[in-house]
Amino acid sequence: MATPTSPQDRDVSTELGERVRQANAAGTALRIVGGDTKAFYGRAVEGEVLSTREHRGITGYDPVELIVSVRAGTPLAELEAALAENGQMLPFEPPHFGDAATVGGTVAAGLSGPRRPWAGAVRDFVLGARVITHTGDEQRFGGEVMKNVAGYDLSRLMVGAQGGLGLLTEVTLKVLPRPSSSHGLRLEMPLDEARERLAEWGRHPLPLTAAAWQDGALHLRLEGGPGSVAATRERLGGEDLDAGFWDDLREQRLPLFGGDDDRPLWRISLPQRARLEADGLDEQAMLHDWAGAQRWLRTELPAAALREACATAGGHATCLTPGAAEPFTPLPEVMLKYHRRLKAELDPKGIFNPGRLYAEL
Amino acid sequence: MNIHYDARLDGELPRRDKAEVLAHLQQAAPGLTLLHREEDLHPFECDGLAAYRVMPMLVALPETLEQVEALLKGCRALGVPVVTRGAGTGLSGGALPLEQGVLLVMSRFKRILEIDPDARIARVQPGVRNLAISEAAAPHGLYYAPDPSSQIACSIGGNVAENAGGVHCLKYGLTVHNVMKVEILTIEGERMTLGSEALDAPGFDLLALFNGSEGMLGVVTEITVKLLPKPETTKVLMASFDDVGKAGRAVGDIIAAGIIPGGLEMMDNLAIRAAEDFIHAGYPVEAEAILLCELDGVEADVDDDVDRVREVLEKAGATDIQQARDEAERARFWAGRKNAFPAVGRMSPDYYCMDGTIPRRELPRVLQGISDLSDAYGLKVANVFHAGDGNMHPLILFDANREGELEQAEALGGKILELCVEAGGSITGEHGVGREKINQMCAQFGSDELTTFHAVKAAFDPEGLLNPGKNIPTLARCAEFGAMHVHGGELPHPELPRF
Repeated sequence: MATPTSPQDRDVSTELGERVRQANAAGTALRIVGGDTKAFYGRAVEGEVLSTREHRGITGYDPVELIVSVRAGTPLAELEAALAENGQMLPFEPPHFGDAATVGGTVAAGLSGPRRPWAGAVRDFVLGARVITHTGDEQRFGGEVMKNVAGYDLSRLMVGAQGGLGLLTEVTLKVLPRPSSSHGLRLEMPLDEARERLAEWGRHPLPLTAAAWQDGALHLRLEGGPGSVAATRERLGGEDLDAGFWDDLREQRLPLFGGDDDRPLWRISLPQRARLEADGLDEQAMLHDWAGAQRWLRTELPAAALREACATAGGHATCLTPGAAEPFTPLPEVMLKYHRRLKAELDPKGIFNPGRLYAEL
Repeated sequence: MNIHYDARLDGELPRRDKAEVLAHLQQAAPGLTLLHREEDLHPFECDGLAAYRVMPMLVALPETLEQVEALLKGCRALGVPVVTRGAGTGLSGGALPLEQGVLLVMSRFKRILEIDPDARIARVQPGVRNLAISEAAAPHGLYYAPDPSSQIACSIGGNVAENAGGVHCLKYGLTVHNVMKVEILTIEGERMTLGSEALDAPGFDLLALFNGSEGMLGVVTEITVKLLPKPETTKVLMASFDDVGKAGRAVGDIIAAGIIPGGLEMMDNLAIRAAEDFIHAGYPVEAEAILLCELDGVEADVDDDVDRVREVLEKAGATDIQQARDEAERARFWAGRKNAFPAVGRMSPDYYCMDGTIPRRELPRVLQGISDLSDAYGLKVANVFHAGDGNMHPLILFDANREGELEQAEALGGKILELCVEAGGSITGEHGVGREKINQMCAQFGSDELTTFHAVKAAFDPEGLLNPGKNIPTLARCAEFGAMHVHGGELPHPELPRF
């Protein structure tokens, strides 16, 4: 099986390394950019733009190994198309937020789609990474095999670090076969009933791969072999749901995300069954994705009050409205201390996306 | 290799008077059980890699978090290194004690704190046995997926430290995929929570970093794991082959058909005969290789998959295919595989278990390489693999009582691991580096990567007091031992002095 190629494939890691080396020598902050589709996610970075987009191409793909290695600047859509041609997929179903989205940005942002509670997150499928460190050297962590526990797991550490610990140049991902059968369902039911039924279903091996409640209806996606999907569909009843619903949910195209509502948009991550209670919060008005573990809402509630309610419930809140002073939940003091130390060790001059996650990092 | 901590190659450690350390720690952590007499220390001188033995200076058996905290602070104040140990079943010497260090044994933290069937999580102390979690979850129809072959004895804290695997990793992942949250203590005695009962947590993914960090970054004091619903049905096929290469290719064919088996294991003739002689599992002793393919899930899908796998195996040239007729036969098929190590142990006074991983397509070539090396060193090798994820466990048979055979076995093992690295794989898939594979790390990583690893270590443990001499070799060590792996006449690490 030959690795798919494109005329635009290029390896510019040497040039990228040189840029980083110079920036480190001069102490110049770098704003790392792939497709720049996720700039809204995190704090604004002041720095020289360092684009990974020229560094693109799939460097190794053997469907039988269930492993693909791909350069950071490769468009996410290009990778997904190559996998689809072989009946495979990225199981974490990442959002794109635009045609320009790259693989590097996907891994650095660490965002996963509706399948996450059942399949796993981005980090669960990262097997290895090449990273240009502050010295400008490209280093290899993890591997191109399914199992590898040699050395610290720096490839997974890079996921969601938003480029703050080094420049991702290539990642190796585990991929999976696409399910042979898929079907969407919409069941009218109140939120409390949806919670109870999801808890009950969770204790049985049902072929569920997405569950979201909104506006009085539970939306489900069943995936697996044709036999199990058909049997479950019959058992649960409800109306058919167009597959486009899950794309719209993942890409934030549902009404809650857009429109002219200018209240801040929040992503709440909570234990699946946790209640979120605070004055001015209405659970009924939220979109409950990930079987309740990821909730979306618009609210004028002050960040501190919302975050306190989330902490009480065992989770955290992220503000997705651009320009938020603190988009991510502030870290406890001891955690921040070790984050700073880690940042100082891996990026002593603070050149990689400084301040993107937190002002202190 | 010389297993003893070598200050010249592993870094200087302070030498403290034992009586002084004992007195200081007794005062710092009142009520803490501290073993110090030689006869009490003996049981702790090795972990599951019994060929490596070192008597620790002291053994601490704390029962409360406060005692662990006081111990860590006390050791840090004195500059005394700390090696953390769980059940002591690790196979890479990760819990090998230090003569001048304290062995922190977490085995008394063995309470299951909470099983929440609705949230499908278990919150446990680090000394809880892996299997005990599944047993406690069983009444709710749930289980904990990672199942290392030592699961009746190994503890979950050690599983986190080693990122332990098992026979179901391809479908259900390693420890890192199944742990949601850990509580840790730093060497400075600070408490931190990594991860969350939600599906993510703010900040860097330190939870991923701590999984598999071999006790080098902190001490795990509590673990929350994900529980899964037990599959509705499980079926096992056993296929025989007259050629190891054919069996290897059949593995790829199953995956290529879009099937992800719950378990996909392979054994070669020597391993088959050893297992059959020991367990009487009904294995075909004439076969050059067998594949065990377990399919689990919802009944209708599993039945379809069984048919498709049969077809693939037939096409791949299987000489015989058997399906376990009932649960008892399924258990028997697996018993042979799960007891392959002790079975081989009956054939030979000693054996040495390797843990390399390779891309599956390299299987035939690497097997041939192992066979050639086995001939060259004059030591037999039995092969057992987690074939689905390319994780090989070659077992080198030797007799430690024969002059020089242990050293020969180690040298052969080292060559096998280098072969794995050269094929694009790794020196360890699930057992960890520990002390055992510290030199082979120099073959897998260059000095730049090792420097980055040391930087990560320095962020959490700047004085290098947690488990020194394990997991990540110093550049000085690689300069000395890396010289064995000269490529193209280029000496690795030319900047360093050689001893």
